[in-house]
Amino acid sequence: MSPVTAVVLAIVVPLVGAVAIGLMGEERANLRETATLVSAAIVFGLVLTLTPQIAGGARPELVLGEPLPGLPIAFEVEPLGLIFSLVASSLWIVTSIYSIGYMRGHHEENQTRFYIFFAIAISAVMGVAFAGNLFTLFVFYEVLTLSTFPLVTHHGTEAAKRGGRVYLGLLLATSIFLFLPAVIWTWYVAGTLDFVPGGILDGVLSPAAATILLGLFVFGIGKAAVMPVHRWLPAAMVAPTPVSALLHAVAVVKAGVFAILKISVYIFGTTFLQDVGASQIFAYVAGATILLASLVAFTKDNLKARLAYSTIGQLSYIVLGAMLANSYGIVGGAMHIVMHAFGKITLFFGAGAILVAAHRTQVSQLDGIGRMMPVTMAAFLIGALSITGLPPTGGTWSKWYLALGTLEAGEPILLAVLMLSSLLNIGYLLVIPARAFFAPADPELLAHPVREAPMPILIAMVITASVSIGLFFFPDPLFDLVRMVVES
Amino acid sequence: MTAHLPVLQVVIPLMAAAVCAALRPARVAWAFAVLVSWTVFVIAVLLLREVLAGGTISYEIGGWAAPWGIEYRIDVVNAFVLLIVSTVGAVVLPYAGDSVEREIRRDQIPLFYTAFLLCLTGLLGITITGDVFNVFVFLEISSLSTYTLVAMGRERGALTAAFRYLVMGSVGATFIVIGIGLLYSVTGTLNMVDLGLRLSELTATRTVPVAFAFLTVGISLKLALFPLHLWLPNAYAYAPSAATAFIAATATKVAVYMLLRFFFTVFGATFSFDTMQLGFVLLPLALVAIFSMSLVAIFQVNVKRMLAYSSLAQIGYITLGISIGTVTGLTAGILHLFNHAMMKAALFMALGCVIYRVGSIRIEAFHGLGKRMPLTMAAFVVAGLSLVGVPLTVGFISKWYLILAVLEQGWWPVAALVLFTSLMALVYIWRVVEAAYFHPSPTDEVAAAVREAPLSLLIPTWILVVVNVYFGVDATLTVEVAGRAAEALLGVPR
Amino acid sequence: MEFLVGHYNYWVVVFLMMLGFYVVISRTHMVKVLVGLSVFQTSVFIFYISLGKIRGGTAPILIDGPAVYSNPLTSVLILTAIVVSIATTALGLALVVRINEAYGTVDEEEIDAIERADEAAVLEAR
Repeated sequence: MSPVTAVVLAIVVPLVGAVAIGLMGEERANLRETATLVSAAIVFGLVLTLTPQIAGGARPELVLGEPLPGLPIAFEVEPLGLIFSLVASSLWIVTSIYSIGYMRGHHEENQTRFYIFFAIAISAVMGVAFAGNLFTLFVFYEVLTLSTFPLVTHHGTEAAKRGGRVYLGLLLATSIFLFLPAVIWTWYVAGTLDFVPGGILDGVLSPAAATILLGLFVFGIGKAAVMPVHRWLPAAMVAPTPVSALLHAVAVVKAGVFAILKISVYIFGTTFLQDVGASQIFAYVAGATILLASLVAFTKDNLKARLAYSTIGQLSYIVLGAMLANSYGIVGGAMHIVMHAFGKITLFFGAGAILVAAHRTQVSQLDGIGRMMPVTMAAFLIGALSITGLPPTGGTWSKWYLALGTLEAGEPILLAVLMLSSLLNIGYLLVIPARAFFAPADPELLAHPVREAPMPILIAMVITASVSIGLFFFPDPLFDLVRMVVES
Repeated sequence: MTAHLPVLQVVIPLMAAAVCAALRPARVAWAFAVLVSWTVFVIAVLLLREVLAGGTISYEIGGWAAPWGIEYRIDVVNAFVLLIVSTVGAVVLPYAGDSVEREIRRDQIPLFYTAFLLCLTGLLGITITGDVFNVFVFLEISSLSTYTLVAMGRERGALTAAFRYLVMGSVGATFIVIGIGLLYSVTGTLNMVDLGLRLSELTATRTVPVAFAFLTVGISLKLALFPLHLWLPNAYAYAPSAATAFIAATATKVAVYMLLRFFFTVFGATFSFDTMQLGFVLLPLALVAIFSMSLVAIFQVNVKRMLAYSSLAQIGYITLGISIGTVTGLTAGILHLFNHAMMKAALFMALGCVIYRVGSIRIEAFHGLGKRMPLTMAAFVVAGLSLVGVPLTVGFISKWYLILAVLEQGWWPVAALVLFTSLMALVYIWRVVEAAYFHPSPTDEVAAAVREAPLSLLIPTWILVVVNVYFGVDATLTVEVAGRAAEALLGVPR
Repeated sequence: MEFLVGHYNYWVVVFLMMLGFYVVISRTHMVKVLVGLSVFQTSVFIFYISLGKIRGGTAPILIDGPAVYSNPLTSVLILTAIVVSIATTALGLALVVRINEAYGTVDEEEIDAIERADEAAVLEAR
């Protein structure tokens, strides 16, 4: 298969899957889930076939149509997008397995609608990952926002409605009010929106203007959840756990930081950013977000809310990497997309498992639960280690490179932020499995013992936890791909 | 035959209107009107193709040579507007069949189609003619039939709405006649091109600026440009659904066309923009319209009236594009003519489906409709997103060009306002979406009987929804035509 | 003085126009509004017709000997406009009759009051 075909199929197959899911409906639930899994497997396979070619230097391109003269819907696969699509498509499979256990175990309603919009969202993620220009990226970014809205409000309750309103309102508002003008401004000064290695803005923008434009991007891409535009993420936690897991730990939020990375590398160009010093201030904004989010996470007793704030902080690691605008920073940021994805999804899976098996949502209710749900809490522990950046998990590497990036940029304060953040992570995250295993059990828990979560949930968690560990021992393929980004 | 297409474009619906009044029963009149609207649509398509391929068409009515005889003159600009009007007509009339039976007294239905076809005739006539007095005649044909259409609404408020529209519309039309008379008194001609040539030497006289002022005010009344918009919200809100969909999508568009024709062809861009400083008059009015009307729309409880206020804001966007006076600005304005016609017609038609089943379009009537009328509400959502300007819909294309045109001038605050009002559009569309998808249906028997609208209403609605998406994904054609129209108006050589 | 007398037709037109327009915007009785509208439109007819008239000019019929013709076009145009004006007035009056049936009054302020009362009743019922 030619790489171009693979690209098109990777975007179309989820949509076909969505149609198939819709045709099956609630009555044939098993076939419906099969349709989900099959399309997920196909998409992952397609992206895998692309991998060796991209690693070999190929850059398949494709123009789908031209909505506006000079502004095509175009795709071009490059290492960064490939990494993102690999993460999203592989985790779609795992999440699908997990969803089956969760949605059935939790007796959710409207499951067909859930799987349909899930598939559409994945299609949008593929579009974001493979976008060949800023316009295409923007379009799929908006599609992603709209298609995930029904997932966030899945329960249809008053709380879901409120959360959904914040989610949609904030994401659309930032994208229309800041992101879109930034895109148009870029088009206006550069005359193109193509992603070009080295950037397209060098020489056409004054330092002050470049700083403002970068600010429009950083805050306009609300999905990256840089404070103060992070409020949508905790609000979106009203969604069912698989949605929180895939979309709000992986696909949606990573689409945001991925866009920021891509814009830094291919629109501004790291050299240009360094020369005009436009990004330094935003590196500090990201640093502040990291610390503040960690502090807020401490105050949250609701497990999913705590994970949400942890995500906000971790996303800013990636933004920080992009804003350091040196090769270590970019490498660290890109690697952290992968490391955080596998780590955080394990944590969300764990939260969902606890909800399904033990009907508990608060951190303070979890003392001693690890002895009843050992697999769940072991996976949770590995996820927490990876997020904190401790061996033997993949998170170690991305933090390592980010730290090197701060040193190269001569920003000791930001290095200190990274170190402090790791300490905070231990305090609010690692403490959960520690107490679950070693603290004396909750008397109520002893009175009503709980069992492990359903099998599909456990399988999913074990897979993602193992990958987190695997990435510690074998980071080379990933590292090689990422290095191509900074060397081009 | 093809040589006579320009006159057939107007004569066919005119004759048909008279025939329609005599047809019984109502279904026959409807089928006949549909057939006529499709014929008119085909002619408009043929004309646009001919103009795009071969340039401006000039047709002399009765063989009398211009400037003595009446000339029909079709260039890219009016060929495009003809297509907009006839497309909306050809989609709304099939829709009208069932919708009208629910909303209008049976014995009046053939007369409804008569008025509808007359309105179509008038709008096409204004667009196609190259003679300024002819513009007035067709304007009155379309206006009088519109007053009648509005008055046919179900509620008694329709009558007062029609009366007020009649008074303001007639004042506007009379202003236009005064302007035309003043022009005739200094030039002795009524032909637009001829006027354009002669006026360029006469701009120093006092008469020409006075004529300019009368025409501007008169057309602005027809256009419902803030602050001359008071007739519009009630007229749209009380008219029968099919009539609202048609009028909202076409009448103000044709008024915009008149504005363009007078400013650019008759008076010339130099006189309009440099001597008369038109941009400084229109720009603030457009901005106030965009902001204040969007704000008012947010607080409406009648969804039809909410969309009427939204139309006023959208007219502001179009006027904003025109007031910039550059090729990009005009392109944006003309693009939005088409795009707004498509989205507003789709939205009003979706509302018609709701009236058909639920009987009300107050915001409470939408509770639970997301489940009971999924296709209708999906159409509303897609067209609504287009109104907001979400990518992959036509609304986005309009906003893109409009902002580009504003940025070319370096007007940052204006660009910010355009974006901000898009968010306001999101808010008022969202109120309906929330009512439809998150409020449980009322539990009484009436609500339980509500089903999806019949296909005869859904298909035309969805055709327009698809148009909204299609030209949002591939806008090459519309952008090309709008760009050429803008260049033709400004006299920029290609 | 010459200016005033020489343009007396315009003064008549302007007076009628302002009179009619004032009635349209100041009255609330719908029939009076229509009367004002008619006066307003008629002023324009006079304006057009007087434009085409030349002192001593006759109708443009070819007769023997040199003659001064008035411009017939303006009169022809106004024939059309008169038709339009009649149609407008007729439609307006028809609406007034229907409004009277529906509301029991033809005064705009009273109708507004009724409409407001209706709306308040709907809100009350909720």
